[in-house]
Amino acid sequence: MGEFKVHRVRFFDYMPSGIRALAFNQDTERMAVARMDGSVEVFHCSDRFFQEKIIPGREQCGIEGLSWVGERLFSAGLNGGITEYDLTNQKVKYTIDAYGGPIWTITGNQQGTHLAVGCEDGTVKLFEVNEDQIQFERNLDRQKSRIISLSWHPSGSKIAAGMMDMIQVFNVETGHSIHRMLADRGAGTSRSKECVVWSVVYLSDGTIITGDSVGMVKLWDDQTGTLIKSHNVTKCDVLALSVSQNEDSLVAGTSEGIVVQFQFVSMVLEKDDKEWVRTRTFRNHTHDIRAVAEITTAVVSGGMDAQLVVRPLLDKIEVRSAASALRKIHFPHRRLVSCARKSGLMLFQYPGHLELWRLGESEGKGTPGSSLFVKRNPEKLLQLKVKGEDHIRCSAVSPCGGWIVYSTASTLRLYRLHCDNNNISITKISKLPKVLSSANQLCFSSDSSHLFSASAQSSVHIASLSQSGCKFVGTLKPKSGSHQAIHLLAASEDGKWLASANSDHEVHIYNLQTQKAHCTVPVYSSAVTAMGIHPATNCLFMMHADQQMFEYSIEQKQYTDWSRTVQRKGLHRFWVERDTPCLNVMFNPQNPSHVILHDMYMLCIIDQSLPLPDDKTQFYNQLTLKSLTEEQRKSQSHAFKVCKTFKDILCVELMPDQSLVVVERPLEDIATQLPAPIKQKKFAT
Amino acid sequence: MVETSDIRVVRCGGSKVNLTPPIISSDSRFVLCTSGDLVKVYSTRTEEWLHSLQGHTNQVTGITLNPANHLQVYSCSVDGTVKLWDFIDGILIKTFVIGCPLFAIYVSEKHTGVLFLHVSMATDSKNECFQLVSVHLPKSAEQEVEAKEMSAVSSHISKNPSCTAFGRGVRVHFFFFLVWKGAKNAFTCIACHPTDDCIATGHEDGKIRLWRNFIHKKEYTYSTQHWHHNAVNTLCFTPEGTHLLSGGIESVLVQWQYGAGNRKEFLPRLGGSILHISASSDGQLFCTSHSDNKITVIESSFKVCGVIQGLVKGDAVLTDLMIDPRSKALVLNGKPGHLQFYSLLRDKHLYNLDIVQQEYIYEAGLDQFEVVKAAFDIKGSWLATVEERGKKSSDLEFFLKLWAFDERTQSFVLNTTITAAHTDRIISMCFSSSEETTMLVTAAEDSQFKAWCQGADDQNFWSCDFVGSYHKLNPTNCSFSADSSLLAVSFQEVITIWSPDTWEMLTTLCQPPGVIRDLCFGRLSCSKYLLGTTTKNLLCCWNLLTCELEWSTSVDVSKLQPDPFSENVAAFSYQSKHTDLFVFKPSEPRPLFTNKNVCSEKVHRAVFVPREEPLNSCDESTQWLNRSQLYFLTQNMDLLTFSTATEEDRMLSSSKQLVIDDSVAVTPFYLLLGKHRQQQQKLNTQSHPVSDKPQQTQGSVTIKELLHTPAHVLPAASVLCSMFVNSFLISNTGEMDSEKEEEDSEEEMEACDSQQELRAQGSVDEVTPKLSKAQERELKRVRKTDFSWMAGLIDSKP
Repeated sequence: MGEFKVHRVRFFDYMPSGIRALAFNQDTERMAVARMDGSVEVFHCSDRFFQEKIIPGREQCGIEGLSWVGERLFSAGLNGGITEYDLTNQKVKYTIDAYGGPIWTITGNQQGTHLAVGCEDGTVKLFEVNEDQIQFERNLDRQKSRIISLSWHPSGSKIAAGMMDMIQVFNVETGHSIHRMLADRGAGTSRSKECVVWSVVYLSDGTIITGDSVGMVKLWDDQTGTLIKSHNVTKCDVLALSVSQNEDSLVAGTSEGIVVQFQFVSMVLEKDDKEWVRTRTFRNHTHDIRAVAEITTAVVSGGMDAQLVVRPLLDKIEVRSAASALRKIHFPHRRLVSCARKSGLMLFQYPGHLELWRLGESEGKGTPGSSLFVKRNPEKLLQLKVKGEDHIRCSAVSPCGGWIVYSTASTLRLYRLHCDNNNISITKISKLPKVLSSANQLCFSSDSSHLFSASAQSSVHIASLSQSGCKFVGTLKPKSGSHQAIHLLAASEDGKWLASANSDHEVHIYNLQTQKAHCTVPVYSSAVTAMGIHPATNCLFMMHADQQMFEYSIEQKQYTDWSRTVQRKGLHRFWVERDTPCLNVMFNPQNPSHVILHDMYMLCIIDQSLPLPDDKTQFYNQLTLKSLTEEQRKSQSHAFKVCKTFKDILCVELMPDQSLVVVERPLEDIATQLPAPIKQKKFAT
Repeated sequence: MVETSDIRVVRCGGSKVNLTPPIISSDSRFVLCTSGDLVKVYSTRTEEWLHSLQGHTNQVTGITLNPANHLQVYSCSVDGTVKLWDFIDGILIKTFVIGCPLFAIYVSEKHTGVLFLHVSMATDSKNECFQLVSVHLPKSAEQEVEAKEMSAVSSHISKNPSCTAFGRGVRVHFFFFLVWKGAKNAFTCIACHPTDDCIATGHEDGKIRLWRNFIHKKEYTYSTQHWHHNAVNTLCFTPEGTHLLSGGIESVLVQWQYGAGNRKEFLPRLGGSILHISASSDGQLFCTSHSDNKITVIESSFKVCGVIQGLVKGDAVLTDLMIDPRSKALVLNGKPGHLQFYSLLRDKHLYNLDIVQQEYIYEAGLDQFEVVKAAFDIKGSWLATVEERGKKSSDLEFFLKLWAFDERTQSFVLNTTITAAHTDRIISMCFSSSEETTMLVTAAEDSQFKAWCQGADDQNFWSCDFVGSYHKLNPTNCSFSADSSLLAVSFQEVITIWSPDTWEMLTTLCQPPGVIRDLCFGRLSCSKYLLGTTTKNLLCCWNLLTCELEWSTSVDVSKLQPDPFSENVAAFSYQSKHTDLFVFKPSEPRPLFTNKNVCSEKVHRAVFVPREEPLNSCDESTQWLNRSQLYFLTQNMDLLTFSTATEEDRMLSSSKQLVIDDSVAVTPFYLLLGKHRQQQQKLNTQSHPVSDKPQQTQGSVTIKELLHTPAHVLPAASVLCSMFVNSFLISNTGEMDSEKEEEDSEEEMEACDSQQELRAQGSVDEVTPKLSKAQERELKRVRKTDFSWMAGLIDSKP
């Protein structure tokens, strides 16, 4: 195993942004998530909810609604615009103004022909979805109050709209209102407050289900425009509703942080008169639930507490496995921290700015497990604010600590950092090559002489860095394959190889000396979450979202023997059942057989020289090993050494002086910075 | 030492009425509940005990209405029989002999002729494993039928009757749970919706789950509701299925609206924790049975409309069994913090006396004040009680309270509260038995005994008169002699005799090895004797005149109880897992009466209850029961007594009288009838002040018997005849001293006498002609009365 001095970093005040909207695409099994800061993320539901794509937001861009139309993703927000996203290159494609004031909701019909938006001025606007753009078609009858929620009838001929105090049903053909249904205000003091119909769902059998601010889930009949049944779910608001694909289950998210499930079950077995019955309650959130979505096998919910909760529905799951466990996603599946290994600098990426810190120093040695005296406190050297409204997409600091680079959706900026003891100065490199206008991922070579910038069409631009400035060297393009954006780059220690991974799970390896594509790793079904090139053997070590690991020899263009052994013997059950992806792969230069990995909950060292554990052996065996003698230890030990001392890990980095930097962000700290939740009585009736 | 067969131990009144869910008859007029080996029928309106269905020979464990005939009820018992009753008339219709102990009974409307029963699994009866079997009832006209056609439905089910419920539908679904879903999720009870396929289950952690779609293996679904903070004891759907009722230790009846989530109503402060809930078939009445042996009748508007209170049995009876000298009621611990007064004669709870006068909190694991000692003085004008708290912890709190009987309010009023009577727990307490001065002696673990007297001033408060101790030993018991001239206080192994007048220690007796456990003086002719039992299995008798040990025997006496009306002393001895009873006179060391194997548990509480009218049995073995009756309480909290054969005969004959239904609805016809009856009674009393009355009642009983009993359940004519004769016999023997019989019935009397003689000879066949003659005469009288009745009726009509 080995002993490390650990820098336990807790000064990265990363705050995840609250979740505002969810949209599920049944065909591609993708979940789109819109956050309060305007960013949109795409999760792959069948690949262990890996965060495939992140489209950073902008200042003053509150997204209120998300909608898939086919494989195209649209959003609308309070700035009054409708935005389509370019998911291949992970950026905004275009934004058009709807000219109706702030937009509260957007929804596409099932046919994929039209988008409907509900505006502040009381209009429902229909947009025709064309090949490359969307085009305004017409307004439905204008109402007096704002349109809060919309739902298409599955046939596409009718639209139900939730407003203040009422629900309107429109005929799409004529644009006229068919029914107007009044929602009751609550009793007592809340009578003076308007009843906001936060969410509406139109079922194919003509039932309209609404969730409102009085805390009721109401079922209406669209033929007669009458209330069928109402369920009192909560004392506060029902903010979100979602119905399953086959319309037999409905989930409602409330501002108390509970999700209530309703099911369409027959009251008498083997008969057909079905009713909506309140069934289960899920309590996984502490704050308002702003969005819920019922997907095939799970209920996904997100809200103000910024976590995405995937609660599996056990009755819909065929085989219980790690893929179908309760999952809470707190942190992005990308690295927000980069580390200048040689100079002990850390670069933290916030949405709107960067922070550069110097690590502290400690004195002497201590016993294992004890904390050392800090000689020099960590120091914040620099805070770099982003110019413009766009948020940072990616950033990097060079290993030598001399360069900082970041990219937003529109610009890429490179800075030269001068650091003489206490004097920090920074100069912007003004003349950048034109190709370096924007990057999906950035990476420095290990000797800090080159900058690799992943850009459109899965290509990587190389720029050489020198005192004088930055010079474009060339572009690496894959021989074939998809044009999906690259989300991971890894350069070899000797400066010879570069590996890139894109969201189509392709991994390309380039020879930097010839600037040609070297080879492509066989495509695996799961996304690459982390990779690294071994400094000694030049093997590419890849971690995948389904927790599988591969080692690929670049020079021999084939999997190594160890990798084949792993695949043949299979990984231990406990390893595969972990629910967060590995985010970094590191190698210990002192011990070439060691590979260091980490995810959100643990740090693991894989000793490739030791035998692999099978399902019968004890996986977490450190404690037992401690009690054994040297001889017995040998027979008992296996390749995986797991350390769970640290929690809520954002990043782990191995420094050249054999010390580890562990960046933690305790969830309790995040919880304290969240707004206060709705106060609830715990006891009494 | 011959065991006499004509004295037997009977489970007397005060058995548990809360063992099984009570059932309400379909017309909501009667509540039926099991009580010992009886099924009791109560009126829902008046809460009165109407009659009981008597016939089982062991604990009745389940009752259920016959789905085919709503006037009939099935009952099952540990004695292995299922009986079918007509519960309105109290007539046994059929007996099905199953052959093994039965623990619960269920019927289903879909399965006619099939009963579902809980039987204990033969293989491991110790582990309380039960299985559910279905029994096909053979169709036969006989009274007693053997039903052996059994088929097992499921095994390993819980004994608790709330753990099995019937569903609806073509297929019958059975649900039973012994599944442990984690530590706190264990199922405690279950109920099925009457129309929908929905099952409600209660859980250990207080949650209620409503399950649907449960026939699918995976796609079942449930919703959870939570209000109870402790385990849910019972669940019940209303017959319409619109509401679900639940109850638990909180003693709050919760009504959940079915299908409307969290909307619920509460009916709090019902007394003990709720054990069972049942609803009448029209949904107008609910019944809850409580842990304090009570049934509450609740209207559907959630108003309590009646309370049927049995003998309250808490977890333990800490006080002795006592007899209130005024009301002759049995007094013991009742509701928490109360003393209950229970009429043994009428088997009815009279009232509770609040001793602690603090709110009781229904929650498990709280240390609350309990009445631990109580004593009456000889006239019943003073009551002393001790309540304490902190049995487990070291900080003991206790109060001594003295209550005076208030003639005006006819109840006990608190007179004096003594907060620090002793520095440690009071062990024993007794009043002096003299008529003139009342004195209370308390002995406590602080190695002192104190005498308390009423103050001389107007206030009449009690204060300490004397403090005595002996060699710093802890006292164990104290007792006054019958004339209160001597006080015996035992200090561990030493008995000290004191004179209460001068507070002078007269002598000490320290013969036996072992700590003195019980102490009592002999009565009447044996008052010179003092009896004591020790922990070392000795029963000793001292002669107080000679201060010598008169005799001693080695017997482990767990309870020594003197009869206040005779010289007799009863001693319960626990040996090798059963209790024996010895009744003896202190003057002779030979027991008058021995009853081996009275019960299998230890007996710690017993009391002699004076009879209202003494028996005059001359049999030596039953003589001791002539003036008073011995009641005792086992560890299982069963109140048992001894009854003699003659007594049982009397009981049986009186129980055969049909009970007049008090709960007849007030219809115009009833008013008419009632008015007429009153008039008639008035007339009768006016015309024949004394003489006519007994005859009248007798006649009316027999008439009623003849007229009111349905023909198909009427016993054979021979049985009827003997009943007639019996009724005559009783009137004859019971009222020996009242010789004023009617003139014209004198010849009849002779006939009866001769008949009695004939019977004594045992020639029954010869009686028949005479019987018919008697019947004729009876019927003549019937006709006479009937005419007058009719006349009255016609008169009252306009």
